[in-house]
Amino acid sequence: MKEECARWHIPLKNFLYGDFMFKADTIAAIATAMTNSGIGIIRISGDKAIEIADKIFVSVKGKKISMVDSHTIHYGSIIYNDNIIDEVLVSVMKAPHSYTKEDVVEINCHGGVVVINKILQIVFLNGARPAEPGEFTKRAFLNGRIDLSQAEAVIDIINSKNEYALSNSVRQLRGSISEKIIKLREILLDEISFIETALDDPEHISLEGYTDKLSEVVNNAIKDIEKLIEASDNGRVITEGIKTVILGKPNAGKSSFLNALIGEERAIVTDIEGTTRDSLEENISIGGLSLKLIDTAGIRNTEDVVEKIGVKRAKELAMSADLIIYIVDSSKDLDDNDYEIMDLIKGRKYIILLNKSDLDLKVDMKKLDILDKNKIINISAKNNSGINIFEDRVKEMFCNGEIDFNNEVFITNARQKNSIINAYSSLELVKKSIEDNMPEDFYSIDLLNAYEELGMVIGEALEEDLVDNIFSKFCMGK
Amino acid sequence: MPSLLKEEYDILIVGAGHAGCEAALACARLGLNTIMFTVSVDSIALMPCNPNVGGSSKGHLVREIDALGGEMGKNIDKTYIQSKMLNVSKGPAVHSLRAQADKKDYSQEMRNTLENTENLTIRQGEISELLVEDGKITGAKSFSGAVYYVKAVVLCTGTYLKARCIYGDVSEPTGPNGLKAANHLTDSLKSLGIEMYRFKTGTPARVDKRSIDFSKMEEQFGDKDIVPFSFSTDKKDIEKEQVSCWLTYTNEETHKIIRDNIDRSPLFSGMIEGTGPRYCPSIEDKVIKFPDKDRHQVFIEPEGLYTNEMYLGGMSSSLPEDVQYAMYKTVPGLENVKIVRNAYAIEYDCINPRQLLPTLEFKEIKGLFSGGQFNGSSGYEEAAAQGLIAGINAALEVLGREQIIIDRSEGYIGVLIDDLVTKENHEPYRMMTSRAEYRLLLRQDNADLRLSHIGHKVGLVTDEIYNKVEYKRKMIEKEVERLNNTSIGANTKIQEFLEKHNSSALKTGSNLAELIRRPELDYNMLKELDTEREELPEDIIEQININIKYEGYIKRQLKQVESFKKLEGKKLEADFDYSIVSGLRREAIQKLNLYKPLSIGQASRISGVSPADISVLLVFLEQYRHRGIKN
Repeated sequence: MKEECARWHIPLKNFLYGDFMFKADTIAAIATAMTNSGIGIIRISGDKAIEIADKIFVSVKGKKISMVDSHTIHYGSIIYNDNIIDEVLVSVMKAPHSYTKEDVVEINCHGGVVVINKILQIVFLNGARPAEPGEFTKRAFLNGRIDLSQAEAVIDIINSKNEYALSNSVRQLRGSISEKIIKLREILLDEISFIETALDDPEHISLEGYTDKLSEVVNNAIKDIEKLIEASDNGRVITEGIKTVILGKPNAGKSSFLNALIGEERAIVTDIEGTTRDSLEENISIGGLSLKLIDTAGIRNTEDVVEKIGVKRAKELAMSADLIIYIVDSSKDLDDNDYEIMDLIKGRKYIILLNKSDLDLKVDMKKLDILDKNKIINISAKNNSGINIFEDRVKEMFCNGEIDFNNEVFITNARQKNSIINAYSSLELVKKSIEDNMPEDFYSIDLLNAYEELGMVIGEALEEDLVDNIFSKFCMGK
Repeated sequence: MPSLLKEEYDILIVGAGHAGCEAALACARLGLNTIMFTVSVDSIALMPCNPNVGGSSKGHLVREIDALGGEMGKNIDKTYIQSKMLNVSKGPAVHSLRAQADKKDYSQEMRNTLENTENLTIRQGEISELLVEDGKITGAKSFSGAVYYVKAVVLCTGTYLKARCIYGDVSEPTGPNGLKAANHLTDSLKSLGIEMYRFKTGTPARVDKRSIDFSKMEEQFGDKDIVPFSFSTDKKDIEKEQVSCWLTYTNEETHKIIRDNIDRSPLFSGMIEGTGPRYCPSIEDKVIKFPDKDRHQVFIEPEGLYTNEMYLGGMSSSLPEDVQYAMYKTVPGLENVKIVRNAYAIEYDCINPRQLLPTLEFKEIKGLFSGGQFNGSSGYEEAAAQGLIAGINAALEVLGREQIIIDRSEGYIGVLIDDLVTKENHEPYRMMTSRAEYRLLLRQDNADLRLSHIGHKVGLVTDEIYNKVEYKRKMIEKEVERLNNTSIGANTKIQEFLEKHNSSALKTGSNLAELIRRPELDYNMLKELDTEREELPEDIIEQININIKYEGYIKRQLKQVESFKKLEGKKLEADFDYSIVSGLRREAIQKLNLYKPLSIGQASRISGVSPADISVLLVFLEQYRHRGIKN
């Protein structure tokens, strides 16, 4: 590394890294979904990963983890205060040949949720700290481990903001919400500018009677923002998530599956084919990952006009989906309608759910050969079985980058909703300043805050924690 | 045959105006052998325009200069003839100190200080050429041919480079007040690749006091209870009989004369090429910009105690002599006015300050620093502030020490310099309170608390002063804490006190700080309830009141500063090539490569760089740098 930046004569150390200095500390988290299956993996990454493993793990063969080869698995026990906590398998991946390019140790436990958590706490006690959501992936990214496409995907998301700020077409896509925010910002900026100009040129610009006008503007803005918050509560702003479309023949169990995921009877479920005539939308969260689930009318050739529209819509939705869930009634054999669906989803991201695993299997599995067998999961929506496996598979696909972000994931999310709420609070403070008869120069502090917060919603203000925010979208333990 | 004189110094300062004086004093006081050049020794610290120091936001600058160990505040304290705190009806952030100066006295006092500063040599002469080798300054040549070998040069040429004074169709190739212009340095700068701008500014006429009818004007008094500019001046030492200024107004008749003759203005005839300041406009500009205003303020200000010349504040102009006379005579009180010096506009060469680092050193020429109007600013205070920073950093560089950068959250000086070096600037830059986003924290009353530690570290602030400031800080913190922790019950004595002061009664117990927070109460009023308190000096009480009363706002500004600091803390390499960052828009790449910002924060303020560009950059850098460390 150069000692001095040649052209500018300033010691290079002054320019280097600042906040960017990578935290070389060691992180740990449970890398698998927390289920009652009893099996779970604790992932530890960082300089101290191996040291920690040696402190808490005693191998049956008496080997120290620090002495073993990379990419080996060892059987033994986790010991804490001379007590055996669990029998485990410990795998070691030494830097740089690991997911994060750091030393990684994974502890495969099988003692159930309570024990896994206890082991994790022991890991923390021995020098690791809890990983933030997405932090393993973040390290992988920072260390250049993640493949180019995934790194680019991250950049693309940000680029989409760039284009977003510039292109009208995207603005239209985003619809009235961003327009409302842009308008609100303009209004606030006008007021800020007026106050500032008046402070600078009191001779020519008078603030007399101005507070009445400002009160009105602020009150109106507060009302507008209230509406935005309300809209976001109704899920209209927060269209966040992987757009997931559920396809299948009528009565394959799409609605039951949706209900099993959501846990409430939203879709109309009957045993009569074709009872879901239009699409239903629901946002669900799987391990910190948001899915925008769209239930469609079953696909079959039909003469019923209303249902025909529903079917057409289902096909359209499937074309724009990030992920398709194809539900097959495994108690009936496949027919032309299934082939139509299989044609539709070929080459796209999908998961196939063989529903009704509680009944006898009637589907000729060979007929599913044109689809990816690894994507087939047996479930019973009725008995709530197999749902966990489905959830894990979705997370896996996302964290492996198999499912792409769509742009909206980044543009509208909970954090941005938070910004809207912050803008609201700032305007309430302006209102209070006016009520308290504060001098006008105080108003700009909170007006400016509101302006900036709104800017964050539409990508026109800076977020200093941008990189962290991106990776917080990944799953915990990933 | 040219002069064969050859001399060696550490640092050479070009110019002895407000920037040059601060730069020279800073260098000499830091122990460096310093030589200062001026076209006229009689024009040291000259005030060729308004006869005052300070004013809205400029007053902040002067107090900051003082806190850093500069001279301007002390000099005006010695030579003021009227002092006033402006904007007291508004919040403490915009309170601003302004003092009328006796111009001659101001100039003489500063000269006296310079002449009695060790390590400082004053020379009359014109520097015509800079000597640069391998991108590093090695010396300077005077017009006479003498060569001065130095380690650093600070350029503070003010409005003198290729200066031209203009009114009507009269154009004189002089600097301000008919002083000699400096006509040779520009070519040397251009040949070094420095990009030059041409700016203009203007000044109103000076008139004979005996020709003014003051009975038609409003008298403007100074404050009875004055506040010195310098934190180390004891107000008792400088209290004096103050002189008055006078306020009158233009009227429709004035405006008509201006409009009727606007075609004779050199600005309209194209004779003036330079760009003028929007915020310090001539009366012509104001009449055109505000056609609906039926009058504009005119302040009549004395030029000094021992002269009859009066300054017509607010009526600078470059109209022809006869039009000047006609328009001034329409102003109430000026019907029989006699002009001593005409109003004029002045054009001069300055630089595009984009070429400077925030340390005020040229990016491409090591050891070359600059300050003041040469950097495209306007105003004595702006000049002095930059001169001080340029001088300090030139000295620190020669001493091999780390240079200083005041950031936007630390002072108006930081805002001023950051704006100059980061933002597109096409007119003389004037300091304004609206430019400081963290205004409530950057008050004129706390400049010492904000900046003395920096001045002390540099070596311009003595241990004694520094310790005093730190003691003050502790006293404030201690007392604020005590007030927050002193509970009061809702007893009869308190309720009676509140009733007496038209303050609503307490419903439950509270604490003293809560009472101070009420707009109708303050620290001093609570004395009768607060028997345990120690006697505290006025300036500490002022800080306690502000800190408690505006606590919520201060906290919110501190939060804004926190975000700001995060982005400032993300440093950028000065020779980074932005064209390798995929995803940046072309305009952003071009601007970033041109400005070469030192931090993400600075990058974000460059016009043409969008928040989205910064996001792209942040992600790229985090990955790039992290790999850089690993490899």
